[in-house]
Amino acid sequence: MNERLLKREEKAVFALRELYTAYGYRPFKMGKFESYDFYARNKEFLVSDRIIAFSDTDGRLLALKPDVTLSIVRSLRDEDGTDCGCKQKVCYNENVYRVSGGTRQYKEILQTGLECVGDLDLYDLFEAVLLAAKSLEAISPSYVLEISHLGVLHALLDGCGGSEAFRREAAGYVAGKNAHDLRRACAREGIPPEQAEKLCGFVGVSGERKQVLAELETLCGDSAREALDCLRTLSNLLDALPQSDRIRFDFSLVNDMNYYDGIVFKGFLDGVCEGVLSGGQYGRLMRRMGKRADAVGFALYLDLLEELPREEEPYDVDVLLLYGERTDPASVAKAVNDLTSHGKTVSAQRGIPPKLRAREVIRMEEGQGTV
Amino acid sequence: MIKIALPKGRLGEKVYALFEAAGYECPSIRENNRKLIFENPEKQVCYFWVKPSDVPVYVERGAADVGVAGKDILLEHGPDVYELLDLGLGRCRMAVAAPEGFRDSGERTLKVATKFANIARRYYAEQGRDIDIIPLNGSIELAPLLGLSDVIVDIVETGTTLRENRLAVVETILPISARLIANQASWRFKADALVPLVRKLEGTVEAND
Repeated sequence: MNERLLKREEKAVFALRELYTAYGYRPFKMGKFESYDFYARNKEFLVSDRIIAFSDTDGRLLALKPDVTLSIVRSLRDEDGTDCGCKQKVCYNENVYRVSGGTRQYKEILQTGLECVGDLDLYDLFEAVLLAAKSLEAISPSYVLEISHLGVLHALLDGCGGSEAFRREAAGYVAGKNAHDLRRACAREGIPPEQAEKLCGFVGVSGERKQVLAELETLCGDSAREALDCLRTLSNLLDALPQSDRIRFDFSLVNDMNYYDGIVFKGFLDGVCEGVLSGGQYGRLMRRMGKRADAVGFALYLDLLEELPREEEPYDVDVLLLYGERTDPASVAKAVNDLTSHGKTVSAQRGIPPKLRAREVIRMEEGQGTV
Repeated sequence: MIKIALPKGRLGEKVYALFEAAGYECPSIRENNRKLIFENPEKQVCYFWVKPSDVPVYVERGAADVGVAGKDILLEHGPDVYELLDLGLGRCRMAVAAPEGFRDSGERTLKVATKFANIARRYYAEQGRDIDIIPLNGSIELAPLLGLSDVIVDIVETGTTLRENRLAVVETILPISARLIANQASWRFKADALVPLVRKLEGTVEAND
């Protein structure tokens, strides 16, 4: 197969499928449509609440999938092996249909990713982070994977003791690295100065893992002990990887607090203006959907890979083969076959297409069939 | 090279002066010509002027690494960018204004004329007030004078236009000022250049205060 013909996202689909199956993730194929009612009941877990709906032949309201994880979680049953140290590991490659943030219009998004559902331990979290880093690396050598743990933010917010509305507002400011508005919100809410200072000091905490852990130890050591211990163990495991330098901590990663409750991560590629990979531990979603198991997973948005710089091919075809009205079709077929069997791309035409860029033009002799 | 989107107009001039004072000058920007992009290779900066409401678009899409936009524009459009600094420039407030003596009895739908439909919608939704948004692009003050709306939601700087048209602020929604915003991917891949820029600007803003 000539790999040159594959688009970047097509190459990525193959490379990632190979990567995930090597780690025991079973490809999972889901239906194109779901019952609209399913999403209507779980709207709070969707990135956008706009869903493309239509009536099935029996009058039932169906929807084009706006999300993959919800469908996977629903289909995996606890009794299929998600306790006593067992996990179900699946990977997928699916289109989802959502309103795009920038254009406010529906968009088809090609998404690939994996989910690990069951009785999770630290190895599973490490494996998810490792595969996220390897996924980015498979696409471009210039990438960054950033990790956070929502337990740290929750501990700081618990210490502040503000209202639910304040917690949401504060989380938004942390996500936007916005310390100035957070400081004003703390003053308005009457947060004790010491707690407010800690929370504002938390904004923008990011960078090299060990340095960030030391900063957090001073900022909220005891109150966020479980989260910090998890991150420390994870960081130590990551130290041994060749990808270690590209994996950092960034606590502005808040993702969706309705959905996630443990580690969360986001991946960036140099040349793409937004995160291309997003994921984390979504036990909160699992519990809200009545599941006993815990879960971790991530998705890569392959449509964003179009933004990566690419080398423009100087020609559309190697050869423009021109033949005449009286040229024997069998000799055209033979000439095309000869050229393609030598690895050349050929466009056989009777005239010169105005926009076609050919490296070489070969004219067949009229009537003779010779080149 | 750091790509910087500046808002066209009076605020943009002040913003550039702040960058200049922080050590990121670009003399060609002061030349009187029709160029759109100005570079200073020595300082590794590249400036361009854009319509103020377009600054977040340039930054969110990565055409600019950083930019300066009013808090009003950021709240209205909600771009997915980092808001790193309050530059303290262009201070004003987003407010509800109405004809002098207006009283909202709450008995009927309130007609609200505004350029900031999302901010107005959120503000009244928090109060549970039923409103009818009348989207306008300019001369908002005219709407209540001609009976098109009951109130307006708009930016108020000195209040002179309101007073001259016998309108008055009835509620302040929030204070507004210019903010330094950054693209999320640029923040990762150009941190070596962007972190010092933010620190120097912060120092300049504090010195100005």
